[in-house]
Amino acid sequence: MVEPCIQVQQLTKKFSKRTVLQNISLDIPHAKITGLLGPSGAGKTTLIKLIAGMDTPDRGKIHVLSTKMPSLNIVKRLGYMAQSDALYTELTAYDNLDFFAQLYGLKGKTKKQRINEVMELVDLTSDLRKKVSKYSGGMKRRLSLAIALVHQPEVLLLDEPTVGIDPVLRQSIWSELELLSKQGTTIIVTTHVMDEAEKCHQLAMLRDGEIIAFDTPNQLMKATEKSSIEDAFLYYGGAKA
Amino acid sequence: MKMKALVIRIIKQFINDKRTLAMILVAPMFILWLMSQVFHSDQYEPTIALVDIPEQVSSLLENQDAQFMDYTTQTADAMLTEGSIDAILTWTSTGPELILEGSDPSVNKSMLILFQNIASELSPASNSLQASITYLHGSEDMTAFDSFGPVLIGVFAFFFVFLTSGISFLRERTTGTLERLMATPVKRWELVIGYVIGFGIFSIIQAALIAWFSIQVLDMLMMGSIWLVLLVTLLLAMTALTLGTLLSAFANNEFQMVQFIPLVIVPQVFLSGLFNIESMSEWLQWLSILMPLSYGADALREIMVRGSGWNEIAVDVYVLSGFSVTIIIANIFTLKKYRKL
Ligand SMILES: Nc1ncnc2c1ncn2[C@@H]1O[C@H](COP(=O)(O)OP(=O)(O)OP(=O)(O)O)[C@@H](O)[C@H]1O
Ligand SMILES: [Mg+2]
Repeated sequence: MVEPCIQVQQLTKKFSKRTVLQNISLDIPHAKITGLLGPSGAGKTTLIKLIAGMDTPDRGKIHVLSTKMPSLNIVKRLGYMAQSDALYTELTAYDNLDFFAQLYGLKGKTKKQRINEVMELVDLTSDLRKKVSKYSGGMKRRLSLAIALVHQPEVLLLDEPTVGIDPVLRQSIWSELELLSKQGTTIIVTTHVMDEAEKCHQLAMLRDGEIIAFDTPNQLMKATEKSSIEDAFLYYGGAKA
Repeated sequence: MKMKALVIRIIKQFINDKRTLAMILVAPMFILWLMSQVFHSDQYEPTIALVDIPEQVSSLLENQDAQFMDYTTQTADAMLTEGSIDAILTWTSTGPELILEGSDPSVNKSMLILFQNIASELSPASNSLQASITYLHGSEDMTAFDSFGPVLIGVFAFFFVFLTSGISFLRERTTGTLERLMATPVKRWELVIGYVIGFGIFSIIQAALIAWFSIQVLDMLMMGSIWLVLLVTLLLAMTALTLGTLLSAFANNEFQMVQFIPLVIVPQVFLSGLFNIESMSEWLQWLSILMPLSYGADALREIMVRGSGWNEIAVDVYVLSGFSVTIIIANIFTLKKYRKL
C-alpha cells in the first residue's frame, strides 16, 4: 500500500478550554485535490495551520511526506496560502515575491523566472512593480497565491484561495491547480464555493471540529441521496430537512 | 541567505516609509537642538541681594543686567533659602563674598559672568579682586546642557529606535505576516537576528548623526573619543530595538505600543542621571540597576564630560551588550508562541 501524502491521526486541538478539532483522522493521498468543506468556524483553517506546522496539536500526530510535523525540512516543500492576506503593503508585489522566494532558497535567474511565471499565472504581470497598498482585494488574493506557488511546492495548502477573484480568473486558476495535481502536486483547498467543491477529487466534510464525511463528490451525493454538492453540504452542515 | 532577505526587506520598507525614517534620523537632532536652545538661553536676569556694599561698588552695579536690592544678612539668607533671590553679595574685610543659590546651572553661569564683569571694572589690572564663592545647592560644575546633553543623546537614541522597531514588529504580528513567516522555512533566530541587523543599520546611521550633530553643531562639551560615543549610542539603540520587539509581543495594536512609553521610557529617563540619583531613595537606586539607559547615560557622560577612556566605560559596555543578548534570546523564545521550531 502506498503511504498517504498527509496522514492525520487522532488529532485534537484546543484553544484554551474550547476544543476546536476533535479526534480527527484523515489520510490524504498524493497528487489529488482534496477539498475541505464545512460551515464557518468548523475548524478548517485550524486544521490547515496544523498541517503546515504553524501550530502544534494537543493530542494526535500529523505526518507530511512521511515526516512528523512540525519539521522545517518539510515546511520547505509546502506552499501555504493564508485565509487573510499577509503581505507587506508598503512594498511592491515584486519585492514581496522576491522576499518570500529567498526564504525558500530561490536565487538568481531561477528566482526571477519563477516570479515571472507565477505572476503570469495569476495575471498580475503588468502590476508587478506596483505597491501592494495600491492593490485591490482580489489582486492581493492572487498575489498571495503566487507567493504560495513560487517555490514549486510538492504540497499546496490553500485556505479559501479564490475569495474575491472574478469567475474568469477563477476558472484559469482552477485549471492550473488541476494541471499541478496531474504533475504530482498534492493540493488541499478550503472553499465555500460549491462549483469548486465539485472540481475536487475528494471532499472532507468538517463540522464542529469533526470529520463527518470523506469521499469523492459523487459518492457524497449518492450517500446523502442529493443531486448536488450544495444539498449534500447542507445535509452535512446540519440542515437535515 | 534568509537573513539577508530579511535585512533587505527591512531596508526597503524603511526607504518606502520616509516619515518613519525621518523620525529616527531627524527627530532626535531636532529635539536636541530645541533642548540646547532652552538651556543655553542667557536672557535670565538674576536678582541679587546686597549686604554692606561699599558706595563705589554699588554705583557700578547700576549698569549690570541684574536686579539688586539692599537687605540685611538675615532677610537675605531667608530669601535665598526660599529661592526668591538668586544670590547674596556681601563685602567683608577680606573682600567680596558671593553666595549662589546654585540649583540651576544656567543661573549660576550667568551669575559668575556678572561677577567677573564687576570685578574687572573695579580693578581692570587683573584678578586682584578674588571673591569667595559658595553654593547653597549644587556646585560650580558646568552649564546645564553640557552636563545632561550626553544623557539626552542616550535618551533619544533609545526612545526613537524603541518605538519604530516595536511598532514595525508589532505590525508584523497584526498583519499576519509574522504568522505567514512561520509557514516558511525561516528559523526563529534568523528572523530575530535579521531584524537586529536590519534595524541595526539604521541605528548606526542614527547614532552617527546624533553624535555629529551634538558635538559639531550644538557644540556640546566633548572631552573623549567620538568612537566610544558611537559605540555606546549604538549599543543603547540595540537594547532599545530588541526591547521594542520583545514588548511588542505584549501589545495588541500601535496604541498599546505607545502606552509603553510612560511605563518603559519615562522611568528610565528619570533614573538615567538627568537628576541626581544618589539623593533618591534606595529602592529607586536599585531600580536604576535594571535600566539599560542608566548605563548608557553614565558611559556617555564619562566619555563626553570627564574625557574617560575604555577602562572607565567597559563595565557599562558589557552590561549593555548583556542586555541586548539576553533580550534577543527572550525574543527568540517569545516566537515559540507562533512555532515550536
Ligand atoms: N487563535 C485562536 N484562539 C482562539 N480560538 C481560535 C483561534 N483560532 C481559531 N479559533 C476558534 O476555532 C474555531 C475554528 O476556527 P477556524 O478558523 O478553524 O474556522 P474555519 O472553519 O476556518 O472558519 P471559516 O470558514 O469562517 O474560515 C472558531 O470557533 C474560532 O473561534
Ligand atoms: Mg477559515
